[in-house]
Amino acid sequence: MFRYSFTLAVALLALLSLPTLADEAEPASLADAVQQLAGAKLSKVSGLLENIEAVGGEDAVPVLEAWLAGDLYYGKDDNRVVRAREDDSGLYQLFDPIGGEALGSSDKSDLRKVKLSNSVRTRLRASIARLTLFSQKVERRKSAVENLLNRPGGGNIEMLREARAQESDEDVAELLDTAIAVDTLINESDAAARLAAVAVVADSLQPAVRNQFQAMVNPDGEADPAVRAAAARALAAIEGKISFYQKLETLFFGLSLGSVLLLVATGLAITFGVMGVINMAHGELIMIGAYTTYVVQLLLPNQIEYSLLIAVPAAFLVSGAVGVLIERSVIRFLHGRPLETLLATFGISLILQQAVRSIFSPLNRQVSTPDWMSGSLEINSVFSLTYNRLYIFLFALLVFAVLQLVLNRTSLGLNVRAVSQNRNMAKAIGVRADWVDAMTFGLGSGIAGIAGVALSQLTNVGPNLGQAYIIDSFMVVVFGGVGNLWGTLVGALSLGVVNKFLEPATGAVLAKILVLVFIILFIQKRPRGLFPQKGRAAE
Amino acid sequence: MKLNTLISRAAVVVGGAVLSATLHAADTIKVGVLHSLSGTMAISETTLKDTVLMMVEEQNKKGGLLGKQLEPVVVDPASNWPLFAEKTRELLTQDEVDVIFGCWTSVSRKSVLPVIEELNGLLFYPVQYEGEESSKNVFYTGAAPNQQAIPAVDYLMNDLEVERWVLAGTDYVYPRTTNKILEAYLKARGVDEKDIMINYTPFGHSDWQSIVSDIKKFGSAGKKTAVVSTINGDANVPFYKELGNQGISAEDIPVVAFSVGEEELSGLDTKPLVGHLAAWNYFQSVESDENEAFIEQWKEFIGDDERVTNDPMEATFIGFNMWVKAVEKAGTTDTDAVEQAMIGITTPNLTGGMATMNKAHHLSKPVLIGEIQEDGQFEVVWETDGLVDGDAWSDFLPGSKDIIADWTAPISCGNYNTVTKTCSGQNM
Repeated sequence: MFRYSFTLAVALLALLSLPTLADEAEPASLADAVQQLAGAKLSKVSGLLENIEAVGGEDAVPVLEAWLAGDLYYGKDDNRVVRAREDDSGLYQLFDPIGGEALGSSDKSDLRKVKLSNSVRTRLRASIARLTLFSQKVERRKSAVENLLNRPGGGNIEMLREARAQESDEDVAELLDTAIAVDTLINESDAAARLAAVAVVADSLQPAVRNQFQAMVNPDGEADPAVRAAAARALAAIEGKISFYQKLETLFFGLSLGSVLLLVATGLAITFGVMGVINMAHGELIMIGAYTTYVVQLLLPNQIEYSLLIAVPAAFLVSGAVGVLIERSVIRFLHGRPLETLLATFGISLILQQAVRSIFSPLNRQVSTPDWMSGSLEINSVFSLTYNRLYIFLFALLVFAVLQLVLNRTSLGLNVRAVSQNRNMAKAIGVRADWVDAMTFGLGSGIAGIAGVALSQLTNVGPNLGQAYIIDSFMVVVFGGVGNLWGTLVGALSLGVVNKFLEPATGAVLAKILVLVFIILFIQKRPRGLFPQKGRAAE
Repeated sequence: MKLNTLISRAAVVVGGAVLSATLHAADTIKVGVLHSLSGTMAISETTLKDTVLMMVEEQNKKGGLLGKQLEPVVVDPASNWPLFAEKTRELLTQDEVDVIFGCWTSVSRKSVLPVIEELNGLLFYPVQYEGEESSKNVFYTGAAPNQQAIPAVDYLMNDLEVERWVLAGTDYVYPRTTNKILEAYLKARGVDEKDIMINYTPFGHSDWQSIVSDIKKFGSAGKKTAVVSTINGDANVPFYKELGNQGISAEDIPVVAFSVGEEELSGLDTKPLVGHLAAWNYFQSVESDENEAFIEQWKEFIGDDERVTNDPMEATFIGFNMWVKAVEKAGTTDTDAVEQAMIGITTPNLTGGMATMNKAHHLSKPVLIGEIQEDGQFEVVWETDGLVDGDAWSDFLPGSKDIIADWTAPISCGNYNTVTKTCSGQNM
C-alpha cells in the first residue's frame, strides 16, 4: 500500500501547486491525466499511460479498459476525451471516461480515436492487472494474477504476497501461490527456499512454470544440483501430462473435422446414396445455405446472437426449395442416366455460382459470429476446446439423429426407402414415386443448406464455397458405403481423426494426399465401402 | 418484312461499329489489360482492371498521349494460368497493343513471360512477388522481398524483440521462395534452427485447428514469438478466426502478413484481426495530398463510397504514370525505345515521396508496417527512413547472391553474375 500512499501524496502536492498548465506538467488529477491523451502521438501515449496509472489508482481502471477496447475517443473540436459506443442508429453515445455520466451523442466524423497499438495494449493489460489485483470481483483478480504470472520476475513479488494474504477464493489463491513460487525460483538466492518452491508448482501446467523449469535444467539456470534434479523430475512429469492432453486435443480436432465432413456429406448421402443421383451441384446448395445465413444477418442486424437459430430453418427451406426445383426441372428427365445427370448438375453448379456472383458480388460476404460461439472452453492451461467447433460437433450429431428419425419413423421415410429399394414395386402398391423423388432430393438439399449455416461460421462465404467441399463429400459417402447413413457417420469421423493425427507428422498438404491414397486403396479392396448394403437393396 | 428490316438495320449498325472501330484504331494507342475477371483471382484482379481504366480515362481527359487517344483493350484470362499466355499472344498479335498492364499471381506472370519476350511486348506487373527474376520486357512495380518481407522481419526483431519465428504460407512459388529467403536471412542474423517453424497449407485451407494449436505451443516457450504469414487469399479469414478462438491475441503472438490489404479486409469481420500487422509500400490511411486526390478519384470513378484502395493499386498507378512519362520522353510507343526511356523515370508515389525506376526494372519504395484497425484500415506503426531499392536477385540465397540485373549498357542483362562476369539469359 506504500506505493499508493506515495502517489496520493504526489497527487496532493500537485493539487496544492495548482494551477499549472495541464499540457506539459505532471497531471494533477485523473481527469487531467486522461485529458492529456487528446491528440497525443503513438510514441507519447505510453508515458501518459504511466501517469494515469500513478495518479488514478483503481479509479483509472474503467478508463484503461475503455482504451483497451478501443472505445476511447476525443472530440475533433473540443478535444475532450470521452468513451464512445455506437448505438443502433449509427450515432456515437458519449460518456465520461471516469464517472460514466452520459454526455450526449456525436457523429463518428467528429471523433478521433485515442492511439492504440500492440505495445500500448500490452502495457494497458499489465497496468490493469496491477490495479485490479485487489479488486472486489473474483474474476478480476483471477485475470490480474494470470497476467502477472505470464511476466514473471517483474518485481511484483511484494504485491503478490500482500494479495495472497488477503485472498479468500481458492482458485485465485492457487494461482497466486504459483506466481509467488515462480518468482521465488527466479529471484530467491536461498537454495532451500527454491527447493520448496519447486514442490509447490511441481504439478502445475502453467506455461510460465514449464518455461522456468526448462531454464533450470541447465546448470546456467540453476546452480544447486539438488534443486536442478527436482526441477528435472517435475518437468518430466509435466511433459508427460502435456503430451496426454495433446493427444486428447488432436482427437477433438479430428472429431471436429469429421463433424464438418459429416454435415456436408449427410445431404449427399441421401441424394447420391439413397436416390443414386450424382449431384455435382451439392456444394452450391451448401453455399446457398451459407448465403441464407448472410441474408438473415442482413435483415436482422441487431439480432446477431439469434441469427443462427433463425438461419438453420431458413437455410433448410431455401436450399430445399432450390433442390426440389432442380429435381423437377432437370434431374427427373435424366432418371437412370448417371453420366448425363453428372454433366447436367455440373452445369447447374456453374449457373448457381454465377447467379450468386451477379446478385451478391464476387467478393466474399461477411458473416458475423455470435458471441456465444467465439472463444474457447478452457479445461486447463494446456487444453481448451473452441466453442464454435464444439457446437458444430454437437449440431452435426443432432442433424444426423433427426435424419435417422425421419427416415425410420415417418411415412416419408418409409416411402423413400421403398422407392430406393424397388421403384417399380413401390409404384405398383401406390407410392407416388415422382413426388417421393422430389421430396427426397429436397430433404438432401435442405440438409446441405444446414451444413452451409455451420460452414459460414468456419470459413469464407463466397461463390466458391461449395467447390471446396464437393470432393470431400463424395469421398466420405463412397468410403462409408453408398446408401448407408451409418457408414457416412463412421466414415466422416474416422477420416477426420486420421487426417488430424497425420497432420503434425506430415503437414496439411501431405496429410490430405495420404488420406486420398488410403481411400483409393481401400476402395480397390472393398468397392462398396465400409458398410456395403446387403440383400436385395444392393442390386 | 419486319424481321428483314430489323436484320438489315442491325447489320448496318454492326458494320458501322466495326468500321468506326478500325478507323478509330488507326489513331489510338492501345493499352492491354490482362487481369482475371472471373475465377478465384477475380476478387483481387477486377479492382486493378478498374484502376487501369480509370487512369486511361483520366489521361484521355488530359488530351491523350502524343496527340492520340488511349484505347483500353480488356481481356479475361479467367484465373487460368495457360490462358494468360494465350491472351497475351492475342493482345500482341491481333489487337497489337502497345503496352500491357496485368497479372497477379507469380504463376500467371511466369506463364506470360516466354510470350512477351518472344513478341517483344511490354508488361507492367503491379503485385509484390518473390523476386529472382528480371526480364527486359517486364517492369515490376510491386515490392521485391527486400522491400516487404525483410524490413518486416527487421521490425519484428528490433522493435518487438521477437526471437522465435513461424513462417506460415500457402503451398506455391511465392511463399516457398520468400520463406527460403527469410530462413536464410534469419539464420544469418543468428536465429537458431529450432527457433524457426515452417508450415505450408493448400490453397483455400479452412481447418486451421491443429496448425494454430502448434503455433500456440511453439509460442509458449517463454520467448517472444511472431508469425510471418504468406498465406494467400481467403484462407486468411479462418486462420485469424481460429487464432482468436484459441485465445491468441496480437500482443502475445503478432502475425505480420504480406498478402492482407484493405481490399481483403473489406469483406470480413475484422474483430479477430485487430492489432495484427501487415507490411506494404502503401496504405489507404497514409496522409498525403496525392493519396487524398487518388482516393477521391477512385471513389468517384467506381461510384461507391465504401470502396477502398490498396497497395497493388498504387503500384498500377505508379506504373501507368511512368509509362506515360516514358512514352512522352521517347516520343514513340516502340517497345525498345520506351524500355530504355523508362529507366531513371521518376513519378510521385501516393505516400508523399517519389518513385524511381531502377536499372533492374524494379522501383524504389518506402516500406510501411501497419496495424489492422477495427474499421479495416491500417495504423502505420513503423516505416523505413528512406526509400528501399528493389533487389531482383536476393542477397540471401546462395544461388543468387552474386547475380544482379542491369538493363543499361554495357551489361544489359537481367541475370548477370558479378563474379564470373557472364550473363546467363534473362531469367534462369
